[in-house]
Amino acid sequence: MGFGTIFFNPDVIAQYLPAILGALWVTVWLSVVITATGLVLGAALAALRTTGLRVLAWPVILFADLLRALPPLVLILILYFGLPSLGLTLPALAVLWIVLSLVLAAFAEEIFWAGITALPRGQWEAGAATGLGRPAVLAHIIFPQALRMGIPSLVNRALTISKTTALGSVIGVKEVVSVAGSAQSTSGSATPLTMAALAYLVILVPAMIASRRIERRFAYQP
Amino acid sequence: MDAFLDAFFNLDIMRQALPLLLKGAAMTLKLCAVVIGLGLAGGLALALATGARTRALRWPALGFIDLFRALPPLVLLVFVYSGLPFAGLRLSPFGAVAVAFLLNNSAYFAEIFRAGINSIPRGQMEAARATGLSRGQAMASVILPQAIRNVLPDLMSNVVEVVKLTSLASVVSLGELLYSANMARAVTYNSSPLILAAAMYLVVLWPLVRVISRFQRGLAIH
Repeated sequence: MGFGTIFFNPDVIAQYLPAILGALWVTVWLSVVITATGLVLGAALAALRTTGLRVLAWPVILFADLLRALPPLVLILILYFGLPSLGLTLPALAVLWIVLSLVLAAFAEEIFWAGITALPRGQWEAGAATGLGRPAVLAHIIFPQALRMGIPSLVNRALTISKTTALGSVIGVKEVVSVAGSAQSTSGSATPLTMAALAYLVILVPAMIASRRIERRFAYQP
Repeated sequence: MDAFLDAFFNLDIMRQALPLLLKGAAMTLKLCAVVIGLGLAGGLALALATGARTRALRWPALGFIDLFRALPPLVLLVFVYSGLPFAGLRLSPFGAVAVAFLLNNSAYFAEIFRAGINSIPRGQMEAARATGLSRGQAMASVILPQAIRNVLPDLMSNVVEVVKLTSLASVVSLGELLYSANMARAVTYNSSPLILAAAMYLVVLWPLVRVISRFQRGLAIH
């Protein structure tokens, strides 16, 4: 058997293409939902930290540290296998969504916070001097600038977390890797694995090219 | 509360699982040493290739970096471990992890080294050449030391990512920390070993994450 038929067997491709495309759709919308949840949560946590209250800031810092230091797969296994013993059984999809959203939120919080602390204090004072309250200053003056500074890192993190959805295969979420894996065992061919790799490239290469463009567009000039 | 403690912080079960987990931790350390070493070396070689004068070196290096940054590490690992045997290349779990992560990590490290090298003004190379150093000597003793210092925080945060990444080796049944913990969980029907594994990851990674946060804040202020 030639290299081509091992990794690009046309019959196998034809047979499993619909299943892989279906799984790719799951990967894509999971990535979108996780990115949206993670970014919103990350922004909210950074906002809590701007209050300057230790009771609020310390839990945020602890959360961001833990979720940045732990491998996501460890958290996925703890939630998936651990929660049922407390009488709470979550579907695999929900576990993946929760864990990856929290991980992204931790990184996003740090990125937003780095942006917020990079802005001169005078911006808060000037905002207050125009009669705005602290929340309004944060929402209309500070946050838009912090967001702009953070965009290159945020885009990178969003792409990374999208690739991390592949971990769903470990707990049986029907995304690209798990569908390709079972197709590989039933077909006895390596072709579905090639298809999985190509499926990611189709989505991620354009996304990476776009992210480079965004990075140049939003490069921060102090 | 008792149910919670019993399910996640059962000290008896942790004590029983400890020897197995320590063995796993030793394997994780070995894996980290190999994977980080290979990744740094491969990344530096790739970064130098992207700065080469001939296109024959530059373009393949850039293509390699983009390709392997776009593929999720788990997809690469499954492809190397379950796909390559179809082509007659069967690797041990350790070998498969080393190869898959070499491809993935060297692409990431290359991007970081490249950013570092690009951060050094051209004049430095010209000045070094004017003193009679060859291009290679100038790169090794003038450009790289400064370049690496400039991207040290990024290198560190990628090292953290790599250590977390080694947990994926559990998917191909390599007896590292997470695999051992998950085995102990399956045998004891209790999630405490997973919590113990999480604690072990934290002992190593938390301090690193803290230092990285410091660095980022420091950079943001300048």
